Amino acid sequence: MDEFVTNLPVFREAIWQTFYIVSISVAAGGLLGLALGLVLYATRPGSLMANRVVFITVNILVNVVRPIPFVIFLTAIQPLMLVSIGTTIGTDAVTFALSLAAAFAVSRIIEQNLVAVEPGVIEAARAAGARPISILLTVVVPEALGPVILGYTFIFVGVVDMSAQAGLFGGGGLGDFAVTYGSQRYNWPVVYITVATIIVIVQAGQFVGNALARKALRR
Amino acid sequence: MPPAPAHVRLTGVTKTFTRGRNGSRVVALDDVSLEVAKGEVFGVIGHSGAGKSTLIRLINGLESPTSGQVHVGDQEITALAERDRRAVRRDIGMIFQQFNLFRSRTVAGNVAYPLKVAGVDRRERDRRVARLLDFVGLLDRAHDHPEQLSGGQKQRVGIARALATEPSLLLADEATSALDPRTTAEVLALLGRVNHEMGVTIVLITHELDVIRAVADRVAVMEGGRIAETGTVYDVFAHPRTTAAADFVRGALRDRPSAETLERLRRTHSGRIVTVAVRDRTGFQTALATTFLAHNVAADIIFGGISELQERAVGSLTFELTGPAGGIDAALAALRADGVDVTEENA
Repeated sequence: MDEFVTNLPVFREAIWQTFYIVSISVAAGGLLGLALGLVLYATRPGSLMANRVVFITVNILVNVVRPIPFVIFLTAIQPLMLVSIGTTIGTDAVTFALSLAAAFAVSRIIEQNLVAVEPGVIEAARAAGARPISILLTVVVPEALGPVILGYTFIFVGVVDMSAQAGLFGGGGLGDFAVTYGSQRYNWPVVYITVATIIVIVQAGQFVGNALARKALRR
Repeated sequence: MPPAPAHVRLTGVTKTFTRGRNGSRVVALDDVSLEVAKGEVFGVIGHSGAGKSTLIRLINGLESPTSGQVHVGDQEITALAERDRRAVRRDIGMIFQQFNLFRSRTVAGNVAYPLKVAGVDRRERDRRVARLLDFVGLLDRAHDHPEQLSGGQKQRVGIARALATEPSLLLADEATSALDPRTTAEVLALLGRVNHEMGVTIVLITHELDVIRAVADRVAVMEGGRIAETGTVYDVFAHPRTTAAADFVRGALRDRPSAETLERLRRTHSGRIVTVAVRDRTGFQTALATTFLAHNVAADIIFGGISELQERAVGSLTFELTGPAGGIDAALAALRADGVDVTEENA
């Protein structure tokens, strides 16, 4: 316990790093994933802007990337990291990789929830003379908003989970702290305090997500 | 008929769908032609799978026919690309069986949607939304969400939304099929007002004769993707020429005995059983009674029903006739000579 107090500044730094990695990844990955998800939904056969070539291309891309375990994905995209952010280690490198990984997961969640929107309301919008892009953004997305928010909450939890692997690439964060200062030194209090902190972060995120979804669903 | 210029015209429309991986073709509409006059309520009746839903979606171009033309006013919908159809759709309202309201919008937001699409400014939007909600009697529910409304109220919102852009044509896709009889009557009365007070032409599809009876001026009976019969509601259902039309009348009026009922009637009545179609003229039954009496025939009413179609009597009466065999034949011959529709219910 004394050791934990001594390492308090490191712990604070770790919390900050986790916040940094998670919030940027959820925001950037969330936006990119939203765009990918909209493309998947809108171009699928029979949908608003059906386009076989685009749909198949994006669909395959998502299917290829999504099942790759995050640690391997981190390694695999190092050339891409070098080109776009100039480094392959550190917090920013991990955030970059995590944003991409989150985007692919988000895209499927967006697609699934949009597909569940009642075809009837889309038909009503078409009958009113609306353009496909307008139907997508002003009807389909709002109709699916509640489940989409829950989907984002689910992704947030997943991102917190994956962010624990940041330490492997010098990204720091709570996972790294728990391993370096906790388990490798057989200092179990440090491990458990870190675990408790992560649980609090996850619970807080889940609480906010549920509250927003409830508001969107009016239940 | 129709004296007014055609508002909707389908010419030789055929629609086939390809189903499944093996590509088997399903014919939804088979060489359908019909005309809907400006200002009338035109009903299309048919069982599910008769092609009604496809037919109504051709009118606002949500579906395209495999062959044939669809005209609305002087526009040929079938000749327009999707983007050009959008402008035409703003002059065609549509309501649906499942209402299809936007859950993410309030009642007022639902009604305002087509106006937003049409680029109507906010002040004008608010004005029209208020007027329409007042028209359908839901002004006090403007800020509620659809799930807070009953089925009938939802359909009234649907009607207000469909009328938002002041269309000249309203398409009703089984608009009352999800409603109970009482709410159905309310919604149909509202559609009647839309037609009378706003002069909106209405095309409605349904599987219920009661809906046709309540609001339609003319009707087309559909069966297996074809139009079996078209005419005024009275003509088609008082004197059906096809079994498709006759089946709907029988189902709705229940005036003619079913096979089981006939069998039971025959067990309890030994005389000859005939069914006479009721004519819409005064003294019809007195004339019947007089004819039977003149031939010494006793006529007992054992089944039947008389109802109203477009304010005219329609229905049939089933008699047990007893008396001299020659007398019965002579009486029936006399009735037939007078143009009365007599069906002998043979064993």
